[in-house]
Amino acid sequence: MDFMNILAISLETAIGPITAIYVLAAIGLNLHFGYTGLLNFGQVGFMLVGAYGVAVCVTTFGLPLWVGFLVSVACATVLALLLGVPTLRLRADYLAIATIAVAEVLRLLYRAEFARPVTGGVYGRQSFADRFYDVNPIPSGSYGVGDVDFSANQLWVMLVTWGLAAVALLITLALMSSPWGRVIKGIREDEDAVRSLGKNVFVYKLQSLVLGGVFGGLAGAMIALNQQNITPDQFMPQVTFYLWAMLLLGGAATTWGPVIGPMVMWFLLTAFDESLRALSSAGVLEFIGNSEIGALRHAFVGVALLLLIVYRPQGLIGNRKEMLVNVK
Amino acid sequence: MRTRLVTVLLAVIAAIMAIPAAAAADAPGGESLFGQIRVPGGERDEGVEGIDISVSQGDEEIGTATTDSRGEWEVEVPDAGDYRVVLDTATIPEEYELLERPAGAERDVTVRDGQPFAVVYRLAPPGEGAVEESPSASASEDEDDDAGGSGGEGEEAGEEGVIDAPAVSSGASFGERAVQLAVAGVIFGLIIAISSVGLSLIFGTTKMINFAHGDMVTFGAVVAMMFSTMTVFSSLHEVVENVPVLNLVANPLILATAVAVIGGGLLGLLLERFLWRPLRRRHVALIQMFIVTIGVSLILRHALLIVFGASRSKYEQFRIQEPIDLGPFSITPRDLGILVIAVVVLVAVASMLQFTRIGKAMRAVADNRDLAESSGIDVNRVTLYVWGMGGALSALGGVLLGLNQTVYWQMGFHLLLLMFAGVILGGLGTAYGAMVGGLAIGLIAQLSTLWFSPQLMNAWALAIMIVVLLVRPQGILGRRERVG
Repeated sequence: MDFMNILAISLETAIGPITAIYVLAAIGLNLHFGYTGLLNFGQVGFMLVGAYGVAVCVTTFGLPLWVGFLVSVACATVLALLLGVPTLRLRADYLAIATIAVAEVLRLLYRAEFARPVTGGVYGRQSFADRFYDVNPIPSGSYGVGDVDFSANQLWVMLVTWGLAAVALLITLALMSSPWGRVIKGIREDEDAVRSLGKNVFVYKLQSLVLGGVFGGLAGAMIALNQQNITPDQFMPQVTFYLWAMLLLGGAATTWGPVIGPMVMWFLLTAFDESLRALSSAGVLEFIGNSEIGALRHAFVGVALLLLIVYRPQGLIGNRKEMLVNVK
Repeated sequence: MRTRLVTVLLAVIAAIMAIPAAAAADAPGGESLFGQIRVPGGERDEGVEGIDISVSQGDEEIGTATTDSRGEWEVEVPDAGDYRVVLDTATIPEEYELLERPAGAERDVTVRDGQPFAVVYRLAPPGEGAVEESPSASASEDEDDDAGGSGGEGEEAGEEGVIDAPAVSSGASFGERAVQLAVAGVIFGLIIAISSVGLSLIFGTTKMINFAHGDMVTFGAVVAMMFSTMTVFSSLHEVVENVPVLNLVANPLILATAVAVIGGGLLGLLLERFLWRPLRRRHVALIQMFIVTIGVSLILRHALLIVFGASRSKYEQFRIQEPIDLGPFSITPRDLGILVIAVVVLVAVASMLQFTRIGKAMRAVADNRDLAESSGIDVNRVTLYVWGMGGALSALGGVLLGLNQTVYWQMGFHLLLLMFAGVILGGLGTAYGAMVGGLAIGLIAQLSTLWFSPQLMNAWALAIMIVVLLVRPQGILGRRERVG
């Protein structure tokens, strides 16, 4: 069992493109749940429309990549409006059920037979990211320190995604120190109090839902570019649960929580995976196969969610008082 | 119903026949995926040429193959593991179409060490299905068992996330199909109703949305599956095989169902006693509880995955049955049994809620916890009973669903969204609402396949839920609550 190798792989994942994508989506979710108190359990739906926005525009309609990005943002906005208008006037848990249901319906729609000409059905869409890699300014080769290294293309995706995450973080930071942010936090604490001050709570919630959804959509677009191949079944509800676990681990309603959470979580998950794999190939845990490792990992996320909520609802860096939200 | 059974059986037979054929032609070395696509109704070596099949693992494409003149194809894979096999339906000749049974064009398969794996694709002339071959169905009971051991796994991959629709022959008239689908819808709806009564009552008594409820459904189905294959039960069954009533009562599956229901009830009781009650004592907020239920559901689901594996399977008992013709529709004794059991259980639960002390207490707590407590009801005890009842009912729902369709590790999770839809449609927190809503959702899901693709049946049910949220958020039987 090569301990250094496991450490290197885990570190690589913790700063790699996938983590950056989850950070971006978690920033959106933080805006929803952490600051506004919205229970969005369909963040993966935003990622789905974002990813397909890019892929469908480029492959099916032959449009340039930047149009794809605009379409991603537009799709995420429309989805947020569709979700928000019926449910944001209701109690918070209705939004939770509606979001998870809509995300699942979207997945079924995108993989359905009749959508095949546009979305590629179950086969998804491939080879739409060439133009993205064509403008890669980093000379090809491999970069890194020791065992931690990335190819030029990976580095390019990381650069763009972490850049987007930084922008999203700055926007959130700026908004939360503005009057708008104070109203948003007020809604989380006590909706009726804010309403009694003459604020239109519904509109504020809707704005927050749209903005966080757009971050989710951009994360989806980056998934598409990173993998260069997307199928609807990548966007299972589990992705949302992972995001929740990561956000809560980092600390909801904090600036750095959605950044630290995914990094720590991916580090732990990869270390967990790789150690199990090493143990099982070394013959220590022979009864564990590849599929069991995957299942154990999901169960591990479940245990993490449970323990975090019970013992440390504020996450690694959060403020406990701020997390005692009680939605009525 | 008949066509569906027949097609599954034919697929199994095809799997048995495809293996020796391919093995004789070219003994495959090591791990590979292979199969033969035959001309429908043709001879063994009449294959359909030129169909493209691709195999991938994760995002990486492993290889592609095109069927040869005998319809055979093979893709070598580097290692044992999980692969995705996709048949390019665009390359199927115009005169045929791919049967969606045993699964669609896209399959997830698991290749074992050193074993070639047969993936069965079947073609049919458009619109005809496999109706004309039905006489062979009754003779195939024995081969069915063989298939389980040798190569029948080709049928195990199902469509991810889509609960099966009954394949009613598209040749039947609209009216016949509507009646047949309505019957299937009632059965499906009753299963949803049974499973979601607990969900609704748990919400009513604790104001908590139990995300793990779907996995409690799977738990029931899987426990019944494990016990029904236990030798203790089958040897017990052999003893009384010739006694008329005992023969049915001591059927391994019936005994296993009893175990599953008790197990499900215990699971509910344990969760309430050792997880939710302590959490309520700690004054954990409702949203936090909601997230904890998601954690519990992830743990439960993947524990079941590890125990049960990723395959789909059916209960061995009551598997092959001749449908009974009842005038406008036909129904297998198995489905009739599900229908009767579901109705009896629902009526029993309803009368329990209506007439017994504990039932009244349950409804009182669900209606207003504080008021119930102040009028002397032991709320904690009632909540415990609600969890026990909810667990037992969802386990029963799981067995019935497994009997009606297939048992796999995500069955409950896929049902969960429909259960939510039913509960919201009927009114969150009311037991009768869950029954009415579940029934309606089942009917909507099945009847939507009259006009739309079966792939979208769940989408329609969920769409109805969203419409209900829009126009009448309190549901059919719910009471309006001032919100927002």
